[in-house]
Amino acid sequence: MATVIGIWLAALLTLAIFSFLYGDNPFYKAAEHLYVGVSAAFWLLYIWSFTVAPNLLVGIQKQGLLGKDLLLIPLVLGILMLFRIVPKYAWYSRYPMAFAVGLGAGLALTGTTQGLLFPQIQATILHPFHSINNFLLILGVITSLLYFYFSREREGVMGWVARIGIYFIMIAFGATFGYTVMARVSLLIGRVGFLLSDWLHLM
Amino acid sequence: MRTRRIIYTLVFLAVSIPLLLRWTARVQPSPPVEMAYQAIEALQPGDLVLVGVDFGPSTMPEMNPMYEAILEHLFRKGAKVAILSLQSALDLPNGVQVLEKVARRHNKVYGEDYANLGYKPGLEAVIVSIGQEIRDVFPEDALGNPLDSLPMFQNVHNYDDIALIIDLASGGTYGSWIQFAQARYGAKLITGVTAVMGPETYPYIQSKQLVGMLAGLKGAAEYETLIQRPGLGSRGMPAQAMVHILIILMILYGNWRFWERWQR
Repeated sequence: MATVIGIWLAALLTLAIFSFLYGDNPFYKAAEHLYVGVSAAFWLLYIWSFTVAPNLLVGIQKQGLLGKDLLLIPLVLGILMLFRIVPKYAWYSRYPMAFAVGLGAGLALTGTTQGLLFPQIQATILHPFHSINNFLLILGVITSLLYFYFSREREGVMGWVARIGIYFIMIAFGATFGYTVMARVSLLIGRVGFLLSDWLHLM
Repeated sequence: MRTRRIIYTLVFLAVSIPLLLRWTARVQPSPPVEMAYQAIEALQPGDLVLVGVDFGPSTMPEMNPMYEAILEHLFRKGAKVAILSLQSALDLPNGVQVLEKVARRHNKVYGEDYANLGYKPGLEAVIVSIGQEIRDVFPEDALGNPLDSLPMFQNVHNYDDIALIIDLASGGTYGSWIQFAQARYGAKLITGVTAVMGPETYPYIQSKQLVGMLAGLKGAAEYETLIQRPGLGSRGMPAQAMVHILIILMILYGNWRFWERWQR
């Protein structure tokens, strides 16, 4: 019974959202507001249940504040973050923010250099005349990078190089747009499939 | 406004008619999908594979078909499958449902052949920690069983003991797996992404940081073709093709009308 109610609810809400295609209407508004309200409440409970409770509270119960994971530190940093709510003491939240930014920057710096920059440069060091793909890849990378070199006017050779670069960039945008259309259509297929199959049993 | 409604109606018909009439379409596997297939095909029975379920309900129509097809192939090969999520705990209920469905089909046993490690916040930190000792970040599975009590995790400590990682992502988690698990620890990595993310993922195939890649519903349909088990991906392809044809026709029509007006 619960499944049937769930399917009907999902189907009616799907139709209410789709009704926006005809024009703004109360059904769409109701579905939209319901979505926003449920999401907000859900995320609050979610962060408590899946992040704070299992990683901090359960940990404190098991090993105390000064155990293996030194949970006193995240507890204090977490409390300091809440000081943002009180304008007079809001500056206390800068400590956990600084910790988060520092950690993020450190991870991003090593990760991006080791995992993105070097391997991608290495993958571009190819024999340009070994295959047409190699030639196009090298040409595309160099001309696209030079398109973003703004310290010199785009005249003469520089103008031609930048022009070739913009063609490569446009092809990349075209591919991205094509894939985006495909993704959106896939989502529509999923929803229509749900309506025809689970709800109406026509498939 | 009237024209717009006609277009919406045409798109709806282009999607629903092929679904209702159960049309099928032949799909030619692309090299990145073929590579992913070969990487799984090369697994030995008993190899442990980590599958990141990092997609939620909003991308399920695209991601679920590839997830199911990959699980089907992994169980056929006798691999041990451990799922986890580093994006959101909300991704796992669906992940578990599909995992159990496919596991049942192959008579697999929880703890011996498959497991759910659950959700862990901290993305990069978690990936780096697995490189040292998986028990540091996942001392228990999602059901509260200590990892040591699960037979499939005996002698599994870090990436050296994990044959393959597959991240099915609707967000940036696959990038972190590349940057930390692959680049730092040399882990073998396949990614399945939404079609929107497809083009940005291709450079990692070129740089050999990924050993395979599936993008969107089409990627799923290609994989289903390779494992010879048509599923949700293959069923969606005719509708996808119909809408693409419709869009191309509308672009041509729009340009023709524009050119006609410009001529006048």
